[in-house]
Amino acid sequence: MSQKDSTVELLTGKGRLGKKSKIPARLDLLQSVTGLFLAIFITFHILFESSILFGKEAMYKLTKMFEGEPFIEGGEPLIITALAFVIFSMFIFHAFLAMRKFPDSYKEYQRYRAHSKLLKHDDTNLWFIQITTGFVMFFLGSIHLYMMMTEPGKIGPYASSDRIYSDWMWPMYLLLLIAVVLHSWVGIYRLIIKWGWFDGKDPRKNRKRSKLAIKTLIVIYLLLGLASLAVYMKIGYDHQDDYGSRYISESHT
Amino acid sequence: MINKSAQIEENKEGYREIKITVFRYNSQNKDAKPEYQTYKLVETPGMTLYIALIKIWSTMDHNLSFDFVCRAGICGSCSMVVNGKPKLACKTRTSEFEDGKITLLPLPTFKHIKDLSVDTGNWMNAMSKKMESWIHTKEVTDIAAIEKPVEPDVAQAVFELDRCIECGICLAACSTKVMKEDFVGAVGLNRVARFSIDPHDERTDEEFYELIGDDDGVFGCMSLMGCEDHCPKDLPLQTKIAYMRRKMVKV
Repeated sequence: MSQKDSTVELLTGKGRLGKKSKIPARLDLLQSVTGLFLAIFITFHILFESSILFGKEAMYKLTKMFEGEPFIEGGEPLIITALAFVIFSMFIFHAFLAMRKFPDSYKEYQRYRAHSKLLKHDDTNLWFIQITTGFVMFFLGSIHLYMMMTEPGKIGPYASSDRIYSDWMWPMYLLLLIAVVLHSWVGIYRLIIKWGWFDGKDPRKNRKRSKLAIKTLIVIYLLLGLASLAVYMKIGYDHQDDYGSRYISESHT
Repeated sequence: MINKSAQIEENKEGYREIKITVFRYNSQNKDAKPEYQTYKLVETPGMTLYIALIKIWSTMDHNLSFDFVCRAGICGSCSMVVNGKPKLACKTRTSEFEDGKITLLPLPTFKHIKDLSVDTGNWMNAMSKKMESWIHTKEVTDIAAIEKPVEPDVAQAVFELDRCIECGICLAACSTKVMKEDFVGAVGLNRVARFSIDPHDERTDEEFYELIGDDDGVFGCMSLMGCEDHCPKDLPLQTKIAYMRRKMVKV
Protein backbone atom coordinates (compact mmCIF):
# COMPACT_ATOMS: atom_id res chain seq x y z
CA MET A 1 0.00 0.00 0.00
CA SER A 2 1.44 3.37 -1.00
CA GLN A 3 1.80 6.28 1.39
CA LYS A 4 -0.99 8.11 -0.45
CA ASP A 5 -3.33 5.12 -0.19
CA SER A 6 -2.74 4.68 3.52
CA THR A 7 -3.24 8.42 4.10
CA VAL A 8 -6.59 8.26 2.28
CA GLU A 9 -7.58 5.28 4.44
CA LEU A 10 -6.49 7.19 7.55
CA LEU A 11 -8.72 10.12 6.61
CA THR A 12 -11.74 8.33 5.16
CA GLY A 13 -11.61 4.76 6.44
CA LYS A 14 -11.57 3.64 2.81
CA GLY A 15 -9.05 3.36 -0.03
CA ARG A 16 -8.51 5.80 -2.91
CA LEU A 17 -11.24 4.16 -4.99
CA GLY A 18 -13.64 4.63 -2.09
CA LYS A 19 -13.53 0.91 -1.34
CA LYS A 20 -12.91 -0.85 1.94
CA SER A 21 -9.53 -2.47 2.46
CA LYS A 22 -9.23 -6.16 1.69
CA ILE A 23 -6.66 -6.56 4.47
CA PRO A 24 -9.20 -7.67 7.16
CA ALA A 25 -10.28 -10.53 4.86
CA ARG A 26 -6.67 -11.56 4.28
CA LEU A 27 -5.83 -11.40 7.99
CA ASP A 28 -8.85 -13.52 8.89
CA LEU A 29 -7.96 -16.14 6.29
CA LEU A 30 -4.26 -16.15 7.17
CA GLN A 31 -5.05 -16.59 10.86
CA SER A 32 -7.01 -19.71 9.97
CA VAL A 33 -4.39 -21.01 7.50
CA THR A 34 -1.43 -20.56 9.86
CA GLY A 35 -3.44 -22.00 12.74
CA LEU A 36 -4.45 -25.05 10.71
CA PHE A 37 -0.86 -25.59 9.56
CA LEU A 38 0.45 -25.39 13.14
CA ALA A 39 -2.32 -27.63 14.50
CA ILE A 40 -1.61 -30.30 11.88
CA PHE A 41 2.09 -30.00 12.64
CA ILE A 42 1.53 -30.44 16.37
CA THR A 43 -0.71 -33.49 15.97
CA PHE A 44 2.12 -35.24 14.11
CA HIS A 45 4.81 -33.83 16.40
CA ILE A 46 3.14 -35.32 19.49
CA LEU A 47 2.71 -38.64 17.72
CA PHE A 48 6.38 -38.68 16.74
CA GLU A 49 7.69 -37.76 20.15
CA SER A 50 5.46 -40.49 21.62
CA SER A 51 7.63 -43.00 19.76
CA ILE A 52 9.48 -43.27 23.08
CA LEU A 53 6.52 -45.37 24.25
CA PHE A 54 7.77 -48.03 21.82
CA GLY A 55 11.25 -47.90 23.29
CA LYS A 56 14.48 -45.92 23.00
CA GLU A 57 15.43 -47.54 19.71
CA ALA A 58 12.14 -46.53 18.06
CA MET A 59 12.59 -42.92 19.18
CA TYR A 60 16.24 -42.93 18.07
CA LYS A 61 15.38 -44.26 14.60
CA LEU A 62 12.67 -41.67 14.14
CA THR A 63 14.98 -38.85 15.28
CA LYS A 64 17.62 -39.95 12.80
CA MET A 65 15.00 -40.17 10.07
CA PHE A 66 14.12 -36.51 10.64
CA GLU A 67 17.83 -35.69 10.50
CA GLY A 68 17.90 -37.08 6.98
CA GLU A 69 19.11 -40.66 7.42
CA PRO A 70 19.59 -42.79 5.37
CA PHE A 71 20.27 -40.08 2.74
CA ILE A 72 22.80 -38.31 4.97
CA GLU A 73 25.31 -40.46 6.83
CA GLY A 74 24.79 -40.02 10.59
CA GLY A 75 22.01 -37.46 10.06
CA GLU A 76 22.13 -33.67 9.81
CA PRO A 77 20.67 -31.82 12.83
CA LEU A 78 20.59 -28.60 10.78
CA ILE A 79 17.49 -30.02 9.10
CA ILE A 80 15.81 -29.74 12.51
CA THR A 81 17.08 -26.16 12.83
CA ALA A 82 15.54 -25.30 9.47
CA LEU A 83 12.26 -27.01 10.36
CA ALA A 84 12.14 -25.29 13.75
CA PHE A 85 12.84 -21.96 12.03
CA VAL A 86 9.90 -22.44 9.67
CA ILE A 87 7.61 -23.45 12.55
CA PHE A 88 8.85 -20.58 14.73
CA SER A 89 8.18 -18.08 11.95
CA MET A 90 4.71 -19.48 11.41
CA PHE A 91 4.13 -19.49 15.17
CA ILE A 92 5.09 -15.82 15.52
CA PHE A 93 2.98 -14.86 12.50
CA HIS A 94 -0.03 -16.75 13.86
CA ALA A 95 0.41 -15.14 17.31
CA PHE A 96 0.60 -11.72 15.64
CA LEU A 97 -2.65 -12.35 13.74
CA ALA A 98 -4.50 -13.93 16.68
CA MET A 99 -3.57 -11.08 19.02
CA ARG A 100 -6.06 -8.90 17.12
CA LYS A 101 -8.82 -10.82 18.84
CA PHE A 102 -7.57 -10.56 22.42
CA PRO A 103 -9.47 -8.30 24.81
CA ASP A 104 -7.30 -5.18 24.59
CA SER A 105 -8.28 -3.20 27.68
CA TYR A 106 -9.54 -3.71 31.22
CA LYS A 107 -13.00 -2.73 30.05
CA GLU A 108 -13.11 -5.37 27.33
CA TYR A 109 -11.65 -8.04 29.60
CA GLN A 110 -14.05 -7.22 32.44
CA ARG A 111 -17.04 -7.25 30.13
CA TYR A 112 -15.99 -10.52 28.50
CA ARG A 113 -15.41 -12.35 31.80
CA ALA A 114 -18.53 -11.04 33.53
CA HIS A 115 -20.58 -11.92 30.47
CA SER A 116 -19.15 -15.42 30.04
CA LYS A 117 -19.66 -16.19 33.74
CA LEU A 118 -23.30 -15.20 33.36
CA LEU A 119 -23.85 -17.02 30.08
CA LYS A 120 -22.12 -20.31 31.02
CA HIS A 121 -21.91 -21.13 27.34
CA ASP A 122 -19.64 -23.93 26.19
CA ASP A 123 -18.20 -22.37 23.04
CA THR A 124 -17.72 -18.99 24.69
CA ASN A 125 -15.72 -20.74 27.43
CA LEU A 126 -13.73 -22.65 24.80
CA TRP A 127 -12.57 -19.33 23.45
CA PHE A 128 -11.27 -18.37 26.88
CA ILE A 129 -9.22 -21.58 26.85
CA GLN A 130 -8.02 -20.52 23.42
CA ILE A 131 -6.75 -17.09 24.44
CA THR A 132 -5.31 -18.32 27.76
CA THR A 133 -3.38 -21.18 26.18
CA GLY A 134 -2.36 -18.87 23.33
CA PHE A 135 -0.95 -16.39 25.82
CA VAL A 136 0.89 -19.15 27.71
CA MET A 137 2.43 -20.36 24.46
CA PHE A 138 3.85 -16.94 23.58
CA PHE A 139 6.45 -17.79 26.20
CA LEU A 140 6.61 -21.56 26.51
CA GLY A 141 6.40 -22.21 22.78
CA SER A 142 9.18 -19.69 22.20
CA ILE A 143 11.46 -21.38 24.74
CA HIS A 144 10.93 -24.78 23.13
CA LEU A 145 11.29 -23.59 19.55
CA TYR A 146 14.41 -21.52 20.25
CA MET A 147 15.99 -24.52 21.94
CA MET A 148 15.20 -26.78 19.01
CA MET A 149 16.66 -24.23 16.62
CA THR A 150 19.89 -23.76 18.54
CA GLU A 151 20.47 -27.26 19.90
CA PRO A 152 19.01 -29.53 17.23
CA GLY A 153 21.63 -32.21 17.85
CA LYS A 154 20.47 -32.79 21.40
CA ILE A 155 17.43 -34.80 20.49
CA GLY A 156 17.43 -38.49 21.30
CA PRO A 157 16.35 -41.01 23.92
CA TYR A 158 18.98 -39.92 26.45
CA ALA A 159 19.58 -36.32 25.33
CA SER A 160 15.87 -35.47 25.44
CA SER A 161 15.36 -37.33 28.74
CA ASP A 162 18.34 -35.56 30.33
CA ARG A 163 16.93 -32.24 29.21
CA ILE A 164 13.50 -33.06 30.58
CA TYR A 165 14.62 -34.57 33.90
CA SER A 166 18.09 -33.33 34.86
CA ASP A 167 17.82 -29.92 33.18
CA TRP A 168 14.44 -29.35 34.84
CA MET A 169 12.57 -28.75 31.65
CA TRP A 170 9.69 -31.05 32.60
CA PRO A 171 7.49 -28.39 34.27
CA MET A 172 7.78 -26.30 31.11
CA TYR A 173 6.98 -29.27 28.86
CA LEU A 174 4.05 -30.30 31.05
CA LEU A 175 2.43 -26.87 30.80
CA LEU A 176 3.31 -26.54 27.12
CA LEU A 177 1.79 -29.95 26.38
CA ILE A 178 -1.52 -29.07 28.03
CA ALA A 179 -1.59 -25.64 26.38
CA VAL A 180 -0.71 -26.83 22.89
CA VAL A 181 -3.12 -29.81 22.89
CA LEU A 182 -6.03 -27.68 24.06
CA HIS A 183 -5.19 -24.78 21.76
CA SER A 184 -4.75 -26.93 18.65
CA TRP A 185 -7.88 -29.04 18.95
CA VAL A 186 -10.13 -26.24 20.16
CA GLY A 187 -8.70 -24.20 17.29
CA ILE A 188 -9.55 -26.92 14.76
CA TYR A 189 -13.11 -27.13 16.14
CA ARG A 190 -13.47 -23.38 15.78
CA LEU A 191 -12.14 -23.53 12.21
CA ILE A 192 -14.76 -26.17 11.36
CA ILE A 193 -17.51 -23.86 12.65
CA LYS A 194 -16.00 -20.66 11.32
CA TRP A 195 -15.78 -21.84 7.72
CA GLY A 196 -18.66 -24.35 7.80
CA TRP A 197 -16.46 -27.29 6.73
CA PHE A 198 -18.67 -30.18 7.81
CA ASP A 199 -22.08 -28.51 7.80
CA GLY A 200 -23.64 -31.24 5.66
CA LYS A 201 -27.40 -31.63 5.69
CA ASP A 202 -27.71 -31.14 9.44
CA PRO A 203 -25.19 -28.52 10.57
CA ARG A 204 -26.41 -28.56 14.19
CA LYS A 205 -25.98 -32.28 14.57
CA ASN A 206 -22.62 -32.14 12.82
CA ARG A 207 -21.45 -29.37 15.11
CA LYS A 208 -22.22 -31.61 18.11
CA ARG A 209 -20.35 -34.45 16.42
CA SER A 210 -17.36 -32.21 15.71
CA LYS A 211 -17.27 -31.05 19.30
CA LEU A 212 -17.45 -34.60 20.64
CA ALA A 213 -14.68 -35.70 18.27
CA ILE A 214 -12.52 -32.76 19.34
CA LYS A 215 -13.05 -33.44 23.05
CA THR A 216 -12.17 -37.10 22.53
CA LEU A 217 -9.02 -36.16 20.63
CA ILE A 218 -8.02 -33.74 23.40
CA VAL A 219 -8.23 -36.56 25.96
CA ILE A 220 -6.33 -38.99 23.70
CA TYR A 221 -3.57 -36.49 22.94
CA LEU A 222 -3.22 -35.41 26.56
CA LEU A 223 -2.92 -39.03 27.68
CA LEU A 224 -0.45 -39.75 24.91
CA GLY A 225 1.63 -36.69 25.72
CA LEU A 226 1.57 -37.28 29.47
CA ALA A 227 2.49 -40.95 29.03
CA SER A 228 5.49 -40.10 26.87
CA LEU A 229 6.55 -37.30 29.21
CA ALA A 230 6.45 -39.83 32.08
CA VAL A 231 8.62 -42.24 30.09
CA TYR A 232 11.16 -39.49 29.30
CA MET A 233 11.16 -38.64 33.02
CA LYS A 234 11.82 -42.26 33.96
CA ILE A 235 14.64 -42.58 31.43
CA GLY A 236 16.07 -39.25 32.61
CA TYR A 237 15.91 -40.38 36.24
CA ASP A 238 17.68 -43.66 35.48
CA HIS A 239 20.22 -41.86 33.30
CA GLN A 240 21.08 -38.98 35.63
CA ASP A 241 24.45 -40.42 36.67
CA ASP A 242 25.45 -40.64 33.01
CA TYR A 243 24.08 -37.19 32.21
CA GLY A 244 25.21 -36.01 28.80
CA SER A 245 26.14 -39.41 27.37
CA ARG A 246 24.31 -40.25 24.16
CA TYR A 247 22.26 -43.24 23.20
CA ILE A 248 23.97 -45.76 20.98
CA SER A 249 21.70 -47.56 18.58
CA GLU A 250 21.29 -51.31 18.91
CA SER A 251 22.22 -51.60 15.25
CA HIS A 252 25.63 -50.02 16.04
CA THR A 253 26.42 -52.41 18.89
CA MET B 1 -47.12 -6.46 48.96
CA ILE B 2 -48.51 -9.78 47.93
CA ASN B 3 -52.13 -10.45 48.74
CA LYS B 4 -51.70 -13.00 51.56
CA SER B 5 -55.19 -14.45 51.48
CA ALA B 6 -54.93 -15.06 47.74
CA GLN B 7 -51.52 -16.68 48.28
CA ILE B 8 -52.79 -19.08 50.94
CA GLU B 9 -55.76 -19.98 48.82
CA GLU B 10 -53.60 -20.76 45.84
CA ASN B 11 -51.10 -22.66 47.94
CA LYS B 12 -53.84 -24.97 49.06
CA GLU B 13 -54.13 -26.04 45.47
CA GLY B 14 -50.54 -27.23 45.62
CA TYR B 15 -48.89 -24.48 43.60
CA ARG B 16 -45.35 -23.67 44.57
CA GLU B 17 -43.93 -20.32 45.50
CA ILE B 18 -41.24 -18.92 43.21
CA LYS B 19 -38.74 -16.15 43.82
CA ILE B 20 -38.03 -13.70 41.05
CA THR B 21 -35.03 -11.43 41.55
CA VAL B 22 -34.97 -8.40 39.30
CA PHE B 23 -32.19 -5.94 38.51
CA ARG B 24 -33.48 -2.51 39.49
CA TYR B 25 -31.84 0.63 38.21
CA ASN B 26 -33.05 3.87 36.75
CA SER B 27 -30.27 5.15 34.51
CA GLN B 28 -32.13 8.49 34.12
CA ASN B 29 -31.88 9.15 37.84
CA LYS B 30 -28.42 10.37 38.84
CA ASP B 31 -28.94 9.41 42.49
CA ALA B 32 -30.13 5.90 41.73
CA LYS B 33 -27.93 2.94 42.59
CA PRO B 34 -28.22 -0.46 40.89
CA GLU B 35 -29.79 -3.09 43.15
CA TYR B 36 -31.51 -6.44 43.07
CA GLN B 37 -35.06 -6.85 44.33
CA THR B 38 -36.70 -10.19 45.03
CA TYR B 39 -40.41 -10.83 44.63
CA LYS B 40 -42.17 -13.93 45.90
CA LEU B 41 -45.22 -15.11 44.02
CA VAL B 42 -47.30 -18.19 43.52
CA GLU B 43 -46.70 -20.03 40.29
CA THR B 44 -49.80 -20.82 38.28
CA PRO B 45 -50.06 -23.50 35.56
CA GLY B 46 -48.45 -22.49 32.28
CA MET B 47 -47.04 -19.32 33.81
CA THR B 48 -44.54 -17.54 31.57
CA LEU B 49 -42.06 -14.94 32.77
CA TYR B 50 -44.20 -12.38 31.02
CA ILE B 51 -47.23 -13.42 33.08
CA ALA B 52 -45.14 -13.45 36.26
CA LEU B 53 -43.84 -9.94 35.56
CA ILE B 54 -47.32 -8.64 34.85
CA LYS B 55 -48.45 -10.17 38.13
CA ILE B 56 -45.59 -8.49 40.00
CA TRP B 57 -46.29 -5.19 38.26
CA SER B 58 -50.04 -5.27 38.85
CA THR B 59 -50.10 -6.62 42.41
CA MET B 60 -46.77 -5.70 44.00
CA ASP B 61 -44.72 -3.06 42.29
CA HIS B 62 -46.13 -0.62 39.79
CA ASN B 63 -42.73 1.01 39.44
CA LEU B 64 -41.12 -2.02 37.80
CA SER B 65 -40.21 -1.41 34.15
CA PHE B 66 -40.02 -4.05 31.43
CA ASP B 67 -40.97 -4.21 27.76
CA PHE B 68 -43.49 -6.36 25.96
CA VAL B 69 -45.97 -6.07 23.12
CA CYS B 70 -47.18 -9.27 21.50
CA ARG B 71 -46.84 -11.96 24.22
CA ALA B 72 -46.37 -14.52 21.43
CA GLY B 73 -42.66 -14.52 20.57
CA ILE B 74 -43.12 -12.35 17.50
CA CYS B 75 -42.35 -8.76 18.42
CA GLY B 76 -39.01 -9.41 20.16
CA SER B 77 -39.66 -6.77 22.82
CA CYS B 78 -39.51 -8.84 25.99
CA SER B 79 -35.98 -10.23 25.65
CA MET B 80 -34.07 -10.26 28.93
CA VAL B 81 -31.36 -12.23 30.67
CA VAL B 82 -32.92 -15.14 32.58
CA ASN B 83 -30.56 -16.89 35.00
CA GLY B 84 -27.67 -15.81 32.80
CA LYS B 85 -29.22 -16.74 29.45
CA PRO B 86 -30.85 -14.19 27.16
CA LYS B 87 -34.41 -15.31 26.40
CA LEU B 88 -37.84 -14.02 25.45
CA ALA B 89 -39.89 -13.59 28.64
CA CYS B 90 -43.09 -14.52 26.82
CA LYS B 91 -41.68 -17.83 25.59
CA THR B 92 -40.05 -18.85 28.87
CA ARG B 93 -42.11 -20.78 31.40
CA THR B 94 -41.34 -20.40 35.10
CA SER B 95 -41.69 -24.18 35.46
CA GLU B 96 -38.39 -24.56 33.53
CA PHE B 97 -36.59 -23.53 36.72
CA GLU B 98 -36.68 -26.43 39.11
CA ASP B 99 -35.58 -24.57 42.22
CA GLY B 100 -38.08 -21.79 41.56
CA LYS B 101 -35.38 -19.11 41.71
CA ILE B 102 -35.20 -16.83 38.71
CA THR B 103 -32.92 -13.84 38.26
CA LEU B 104 -33.83 -11.34 35.57
CA LEU B 105 -31.41 -8.81 34.10
CA PRO B 106 -31.74 -6.36 31.24
CA LEU B 107 -30.00 -7.32 27.98
CA PRO B 108 -26.37 -6.26 27.97
CA THR B 109 -24.92 -4.47 24.89
CA PHE B 110 -27.96 -2.18 24.54
CA LYS B 111 -28.63 1.22 26.03
CA HIS B 112 -30.18 0.64 29.41
CA ILE B 113 -33.37 2.58 30.13
CA LYS B 114 -34.76 1.30 33.43
CA ASP B 115 -34.87 -2.04 35.27
CA LEU B 116 -35.40 -4.67 32.55
CA SER B 117 -36.09 -2.18 29.81
CA VAL B 118 -33.43 -1.49 27.16
CA ASP B 119 -33.44 0.40 23.90
CA THR B 120 -33.06 -2.19 21.14
CA GLY B 121 -35.12 -0.18 18.63
CA ASN B 122 -32.68 2.61 17.93
CA TRP B 123 -29.78 0.19 17.62
CA MET B 124 -31.72 -2.05 15.21
CA ASN B 125 -32.79 0.94 13.18
CA ALA B 126 -29.20 2.16 12.86
CA MET B 127 -28.06 -1.35 11.96
CA SER B 128 -30.73 -1.62 9.26
CA LYS B 129 -29.54 1.62 7.72
CA LYS B 130 -25.87 0.65 8.01
CA MET B 131 -26.56 -2.75 6.39
CA GLU B 132 -28.70 -1.01 3.74
CA SER B 133 -31.50 -3.45 4.49
CA TRP B 134 -33.62 -2.99 1.44
CA ILE B 135 -33.77 -4.44 -2.05
CA HIS B 136 -31.28 -2.69 -4.32
CA THR B 137 -32.43 -2.89 -7.90
CA LYS B 138 -32.42 -0.72 -11.00
CA GLU B 139 -35.51 -2.45 -12.27
CA VAL B 140 -38.62 -0.28 -12.23
CA THR B 141 -41.52 -2.19 -10.76
CA ASP B 142 -44.64 -2.35 -12.83
CA ILE B 143 -47.33 -3.09 -10.29
CA ALA B 144 -49.79 -4.02 -13.03
CA ALA B 145 -47.53 -6.82 -14.35
CA ILE B 146 -47.22 -10.29 -12.85
CA GLU B 147 -44.16 -10.60 -10.63
CA LYS B 148 -41.17 -12.58 -11.84
CA PRO B 149 -41.22 -16.06 -10.38
CA VAL B 150 -38.70 -16.99 -7.71
CA GLU B 151 -37.56 -20.58 -7.21
CA PRO B 152 -39.47 -21.99 -4.20
CA ASP B 153 -36.23 -23.14 -2.53
CA VAL B 154 -34.71 -19.68 -2.86
CA ALA B 155 -37.89 -18.00 -1.62
CA GLN B 156 -37.97 -20.38 1.33
CA ALA B 157 -34.33 -19.61 2.17
CA VAL B 158 -35.07 -15.86 2.13
CA PHE B 159 -38.21 -16.28 4.25
CA GLU B 160 -36.25 -18.39 6.71
CA LEU B 161 -33.81 -15.54 7.36
CA ASP B 162 -36.63 -13.01 7.31
CA ARG B 163 -38.03 -14.64 10.45
CA CYS B 164 -35.59 -12.57 12.54
CA ILE B 165 -37.59 -10.54 15.07
CA GLU B 166 -34.72 -8.20 16.06
CA CYS B 167 -35.05 -9.19 19.71
CA GLY B 168 -31.34 -8.52 20.33
CA ILE B 169 -30.73 -11.90 21.96
CA CYS B 170 -27.99 -12.81 19.46
CA LEU B 171 -26.10 -9.67 20.50
CA ALA B 172 -26.66 -10.18 24.22
CA ALA B 173 -25.31 -13.74 23.87
CA CYS B 174 -22.27 -12.64 21.86
CA SER B 175 -18.99 -12.08 23.69
CA THR B 176 -17.57 -10.32 20.66
CA LYS B 177 -20.37 -7.78 20.77
CA VAL B 178 -19.93 -7.42 24.53
CA MET B 179 -16.29 -6.46 23.95
CA LYS B 180 -16.44 -4.66 20.61
CA GLU B 181 -19.20 -2.10 20.64
CA ASP B 182 -19.26 -1.49 16.90
CA PHE B 183 -19.63 -5.16 15.96
CA VAL B 184 -22.76 -5.60 13.84
CA GLY B 185 -23.53 -9.05 15.27
CA ALA B 186 -25.47 -12.00 13.95
CA VAL B 187 -28.59 -9.92 13.35
CA GLY B 188 -26.65 -7.66 10.94
CA LEU B 189 -24.79 -10.50 9.22
CA ASN B 190 -28.03 -12.46 8.88
CA ARG B 191 -29.62 -9.42 7.30
CA VAL B 192 -26.89 -9.15 4.67
CA ALA B 193 -27.09 -12.90 4.02
CA ARG B 194 -30.83 -12.49 3.49
CA PHE B 195 -30.34 -9.87 0.75
CA SER B 196 -27.39 -11.67 -0.79
CA ILE B 197 -29.53 -14.76 -1.52
CA ASP B 198 -32.56 -12.77 -2.65
CA PRO B 199 -32.64 -12.71 -6.47
CA HIS B 200 -34.52 -9.38 -6.39
CA ASP B 201 -31.41 -7.70 -4.98
CA GLU B 202 -28.86 -6.85 -7.65
CA ARG B 203 -25.96 -6.09 -5.34
CA THR B 204 -22.68 -7.91 -5.98
CA ASP B 205 -20.44 -9.52 -3.37
CA GLU B 206 -18.10 -6.52 -3.79
CA GLU B 207 -20.93 -4.27 -2.69
CA PHE B 208 -21.78 -6.51 0.28
CA TYR B 209 -18.09 -6.42 1.21
CA GLU B 210 -18.43 -2.66 1.64
CA LEU B 211 -21.06 -3.36 4.32
CA ILE B 212 -19.48 -6.18 6.32
CA GLY B 213 -15.90 -6.60 5.05
CA ASP B 214 -14.11 -5.57 8.23
CA ASP B 215 -13.72 -6.35 11.93
CA ASP B 216 -17.02 -4.63 12.73
CA GLY B 217 -18.60 -7.02 10.25
CA VAL B 218 -18.07 -10.66 9.36
CA PHE B 219 -14.34 -10.71 10.15
CA GLY B 220 -15.04 -9.56 13.69
CA CYS B 221 -17.10 -12.69 14.38
CA MET B 222 -15.05 -15.13 16.45
CA SER B 223 -17.50 -18.03 15.98
CA LEU B 224 -18.36 -18.26 19.69
CA MET B 225 -21.86 -19.37 18.65
CA GLY B 226 -23.71 -17.56 21.44
CA CYS B 227 -26.08 -16.28 18.74
CA GLU B 228 -26.74 -19.70 17.24
CA ASP B 229 -27.34 -21.31 20.63
CA HIS B 230 -29.69 -18.65 22.02
CA CYS B 231 -31.71 -17.39 19.04
CA PRO B 232 -35.37 -17.84 20.06
CA LYS B 233 -36.36 -18.25 16.42
CA ASP B 234 -33.74 -20.95 15.75
CA LEU B 235 -32.32 -19.06 12.78
CA PRO B 236 -29.43 -20.83 11.02
CA LEU B 237 -26.92 -18.21 12.15
CA GLN B 238 -23.90 -20.51 12.32
CA THR B 239 -24.20 -21.54 8.69
CA LYS B 240 -25.18 -18.13 7.38
CA ILE B 241 -22.25 -16.34 9.03
CA ALA B 242 -19.90 -19.02 7.65
CA TYR B 243 -21.57 -18.56 4.24
CA MET B 244 -20.97 -14.79 4.28
CA ARG B 245 -17.40 -15.27 5.52
CA ARG B 246 -16.61 -17.66 2.67
CA LYS B 247 -18.13 -15.24 0.18
CA MET B 248 -16.35 -12.19 1.58
CA VAL B 249 -12.82 -13.69 1.61
CA LYS B 250 -13.22 -14.39 -2.09
CA VAL B 251 -13.96 -10.75 -2.95
